[in-house]
Amino acid sequence: MGRILATRLLRLGATLFAVTFLSFIMTSLLPGDPVNAILGVDAPRDQETVDRIRDELGLDKPLPVRYVNWLGSAVQGDLGESYINRGQTVWGDTIVQRLPVTAQLAFMAIIIAVILAVPIGVLGAYRQGRWEDQTTSAGVQVALSVPNFITGIFLIWLFAVKLKWLPASNWNRISDKGLIANLETAILPSTALALTQMAIFSRLVRSDMIATLQENFVLSAKAKGLSDRYVLFRHALRPSSLSLATIVGINFGALLGGTVVIETLFAIPGLGFRLINAINQRDILVIQGITVFVAVAYVLINTIVDLLYTVLDPRIRKG
Amino acid sequence: MTATDPGTKTEFPSERLTKVSTAMSIDARQGTPPKRSSPWAVFKEMPIFVKLSAVWLILVFGGAIYAKIDQVIFNGALPLQDPNFQTNNFDPSTGEFGTGDPIESPSWSHWLGTDAIARDTFARIVHGGWVSLIVASVAAAFGIIVGGFLGSLVGFIRGRTETIVMSIIDVILAFPALILLLAMVSIFKVRDLFIIAMVIGFLSIPAYTRVSRANSLAISNREFVLAARAIGTKPATILRREIIPNVLPTVLSYAMVAAAFVIVVEGSLSFLGLSVQLPTSTWGNMINQARRDIDLNLLQVVAPSLALVFTVLSLNQVGDWLQKRSAHRASAL
Repeated sequence: MGRILATRLLRLGATLFAVTFLSFIMTSLLPGDPVNAILGVDAPRDQETVDRIRDELGLDKPLPVRYVNWLGSAVQGDLGESYINRGQTVWGDTIVQRLPVTAQLAFMAIIIAVILAVPIGVLGAYRQGRWEDQTTSAGVQVALSVPNFITGIFLIWLFAVKLKWLPASNWNRISDKGLIANLETAILPSTALALTQMAIFSRLVRSDMIATLQENFVLSAKAKGLSDRYVLFRHALRPSSLSLATIVGINFGALLGGTVVIETLFAIPGLGFRLINAINQRDILVIQGITVFVAVAYVLINTIVDLLYTVLDPRIRKG
Repeated sequence: MTATDPGTKTEFPSERLTKVSTAMSIDARQGTPPKRSSPWAVFKEMPIFVKLSAVWLILVFGGAIYAKIDQVIFNGALPLQDPNFQTNNFDPSTGEFGTGDPIESPSWSHWLGTDAIARDTFARIVHGGWVSLIVASVAAAFGIIVGGFLGSLVGFIRGRTETIVMSIIDVILAFPALILLLAMVSIFKVRDLFIIAMVIGFLSIPAYTRVSRANSLAISNREFVLAARAIGTKPATILRREIIPNVLPTVLSYAMVAAAFVIVVEGSLSFLGLSVQLPTSTWGNMINQARRDIDLNLLQVVAPSLALVFTVLSLNQVGDWLQKRSAHRASAL
């Protein structure tokens, strides 16, 4: 166990180094003078600002030194300031403000997806090869092929434009408007995100369940005269859900960076929407900050999931 | 799959070896050796839905190529409307405005109606396929040539090279895909089809490398490779004649599924306004432009959405089927 932990941590360290370094050199990859890239060639400027940026970026120092300096302040939560919206810090005013919104979306999407996927997957396995399985499998195939922004548009069309049940865009924070108003704005975007996840999860549950249903303990449970439903959900589901738990964790991490399109479609003030704004405004430090944050979060979540998996499944721990 | 590799045309690689190592692989040679079948023979094998998918792909991408030829070589003389022509435009030669209207319903002259600035939607969808086709093909080419080769190589030679290459691959895969793509795209001020295709192509390499390495690892342990080593064949020759021809079918069928993913990614970029610049039509930017008037004319959103979804679904169907088929053939190897 200790050995596994050590190698995992070593690999984690290497990956974190590479991910942060790649995000960092983004500013150096920009063609021409980074100051120009940051301010924009035709933007009004004064010598003081130019000097400040040069100083902040430490452009006179070699790249490794600049990286270590940048990493040093990044670890302390200093990712610089937006050059478009002056005085807005990348960490405090952007990431800390917006992460809860994106995290809530990702979390709700995963919950909705799991709630839908488990019954569908179990049904598919239980009625393997019959019409129920064939119908759900076909549905899952289609769901996998529909990009989330298309789902989102048609949800808006149905529930906001035609039925007028829910707002088409915007976001109510729980702290401002309360939970109900918040959910009203959150349910459509998270459902749009959930569809693809549901398809991925239910495929996994189905194939794992088919394997589990062939085990001896399922046979003996059936032989004891337990009902099919009891056997399915009490005996077979738990051993089948280990890989589901893994993919849920990994996809939650991926969704932190995967809500970009949906946030833009629904005008939700999350990390992704800000990232797109920053790209359009060429607000380099905001792009860099969000990129490095999302990437590090993704790597950390993956490692935690990986370790949990090792703890939960003794076969892997020993192997 | 029409791989015209001169090495595989004359004899199937493991065919030659059986003469040397019958004792080792006598059971593996049961039945007929997998032959390179013609595209038509492959098509006939397909179940009905896969057939329909293949037909759709041929129509969409054939249409896109036709539209491009029309635009570039014949200057719009072939029968298909100009995707950027606004049918209500003022025409200086006649001194009159065009007779078209924005958001027209479907008619014989505009099969799928017109968009918000009176351009023919059908023509824009047909032309929109070009961007998807190019991005998907460039990504597949990068993936198969670079990723496929790299994966076959490191899976076969192992050792430190493998560790280094796979570590680099793992780091690229450690980024959430869309975020890395956005960060790379944001570096470029002017985004044209070439840059978008290059960036997406470059980012496709890691996944292909993983797939082909896994296959290469498995194949490197097979009897015929062992036999080839035993008779003193040079490693480069084994790689060329045994490993790569056997990794290739899997990588090619993976390319279909990967292309589906790449088309969705390009669609998302277009939808965000970060792919090729307007007025070039892509399915993603058509959906984005039309969604503002979705209550006025649903069809302008539905038509490009269906084009995108059908194409992705078809690639998935054909890709899955090819993957199953190549897995089945590998087990007969």
